[in-house]
Amino acid sequence: MFYREAGQFKTSYAADMAVFPIRQDRIGLAVILMIAFVGIPLFGNQFFLSSVMIPFLVFSLAAIGLNILTGYTGLISLGTAAFMGVGAYACYKLTTFFPDVNLIVWILASGFVSALVGVLFGLPSLRIKGFYLAVATLAAQFFLQWSFVRVPWLYNYNTSGAIEVPEHDLFGIPITGPNALPETRYLVLLTIVTVLTWFASNLIHGRIGRAWMAVRDMDIAAELMGIKLLDTKLLAFAVSSFYAGVAGACMVFLWYGSAEPEVFTINQSFLILFMVIIGGLGSLLGSFLGAALIYMLPIALRVLPASLGVPIAAATVEHLQFIIVGALIIFFLIVEPHGLARLWQTGKQKLRMWPFPY
Amino acid sequence: MDILYKIFVDPFVQMGAAPDLLVQTMWEGLVAGVLYALIALGFVLIFKASGVFNFAQGIMVVFAGLTLVGLHEMGVPAFLAVILTLGVMFLIAVAVERVVLRPLVNQPDIILFMATFGITYLLIGIGELIFGGNPKRMIAKELYLPSGSVEFQTLGGFVQLQKIDIAASVIAAIMIAVLAFFFQKTRIGRALRAVADSHKAALSVGISLNQIWVIVWFTAGIVALVTGIMWGARSDVSFALQIIALKALPVLILGGFTSVPGAIVGGLIIGIGEKLGEFYWGPLVGGGIESWLAYFIALGFLLFRPQGLFGEKIIERI
Repeated sequence: MFYREAGQFKTSYAADMAVFPIRQDRIGLAVILMIAFVGIPLFGNQFFLSSVMIPFLVFSLAAIGLNILTGYTGLISLGTAAFMGVGAYACYKLTTFFPDVNLIVWILASGFVSALVGVLFGLPSLRIKGFYLAVATLAAQFFLQWSFVRVPWLYNYNTSGAIEVPEHDLFGIPITGPNALPETRYLVLLTIVTVLTWFASNLIHGRIGRAWMAVRDMDIAAELMGIKLLDTKLLAFAVSSFYAGVAGACMVFLWYGSAEPEVFTINQSFLILFMVIIGGLGSLLGSFLGAALIYMLPIALRVLPASLGVPIAAATVEHLQFIIVGALIIFFLIVEPHGLARLWQTGKQKLRMWPFPY
Repeated sequence: MDILYKIFVDPFVQMGAAPDLLVQTMWEGLVAGVLYALIALGFVLIFKASGVFNFAQGIMVVFAGLTLVGLHEMGVPAFLAVILTLGVMFLIAVAVERVVLRPLVNQPDIILFMATFGITYLLIGIGELIFGGNPKRMIAKELYLPSGSVEFQTLGGFVQLQKIDIAASVIAAIMIAVLAFFFQKTRIGRALRAVADSHKAALSVGISLNQIWVIVWFTAGIVALVTGIMWGARSDVSFALQIIALKALPVLILGGFTSVPGAIVGGLIIGIGEKLGEFYWGPLVGGGIESWLAYFIALGFLLFRPQGLFGEKIIERI
């Protein structure tokens, strides 16, 4: 009844090709952005901002990165966390060399460092396909993780082996370090995520995105149609690692404040892969939905028994959490193998008809 | 020049100077390789028959070991515990087939791959809930596995072999022989190979896919139990094993996902290569290269043979 595009006529090709052709979608997006930019910082408390929203945004960004590689180009990667680590360490090194430069510049620059490393490890993707490639990306994961521990230059020869984020200002307001308010960190991160999502959306809807999807659907056919496989695959690796790197830098600088190599383990990579698959392969919206579900589910599971007054030992909760997450993964895959994004699509279709049967 | 010398000459000089040390290192690599190969074998069995890249094989090893030790701790005699554990593995196989594989039939590979992640999480959670997260000691003595070590005097030095390692290698060899016999000579084995060749053709001659999947997952469960016993006897039974099980992945890409001999040869190459690399070249970069060296060895091979050493030739059609 409310979600119906009757009466919205498209008078130009551009309007027909728009990312959000339906007016209600555009209004909905505007409302969500309004809530995210104004409502949440105004009304969210400290816990909600710094322990729910900021991690959610970081993981969404990383999931978008992996989705570009796995969902749009069809190259499975199990090394996302390592590329996040590259971004984090690159940002740390850059800020120690040039502490006076605007931090946002360095967060984006560290994305480029990560992209470079991604291209390097993406080279085998030309000869290796499918699960063979997935295992090959584990080489990146383990090698990079090893270098975060064994190359002292990366963490400025600290005795602790961890990286500490000093205070940085943006227009006089501290955005990192102990004095930064969660609201400021959240807003900075939200801006980065919004801009990068918009950028990713444009990439995907353009020539490059179509080339990626052609490669995903069948790379030999794509090659015959004149798509250069080398360039396309490496570009996908570069863009994906860029997003992962920025996510990693944001994770350390805007969320944790300090980081050890243990943050960037293989489990983190798997977690992000879950987000992409549960959310929906080849869908930007899915990256957000998946990140929300996978990240917030454990929090909810931890809070739920306490709030209901059920006395369960902390260790048991942890074990139950594993069981529930495992069962949910299988459940979601069986119910909708194409992810939450597809569920949303189906829901939208139903909504257009509602309340009439057809 | 110095660094080149250290990389290309010095390790070999060391090898020549102390051949007993070289043999010792290679033996350790060999044993590690046998265990990697056993895990990889479980992967290959399942991948061949159902096309599922079974990430849960590592946790199945841990789970089998834990169940065995846990049952024994509850007072079950050792050999009865082995049989009961086999029963548990069979139940897991049936459950996986019913709950996971059957509803997900004909889905893309990556979806099935993710589903095995779900199985992994479930097994971790259930295992920790029932048996606790602490490392446990494998009941090696109760199963009449040897302990202690023997020493050989060769090549101007001593080479020390753990008896459990020798036993592990022998048992692995026996198990592989039995599996080969099972695959080549029995009715079920032929059905399994038929399913591996083509699901549709196998269905059309009256082979029940569901039944085959249960059998394959159960076989992988048996392999997991043997691996769990062997590995547990060398160190402890704990969830840390699961991380080590990731080492089976480079073995797989080296040997090819569909080849049983590939899994074995790949396991040995990775095991020996990794130990030699760590021992002779590791100190040059600060050690600890064991964590990634295997992947780079596998990648090196893969650049020349994208389907692995023994994998089926990849034919692509439009």
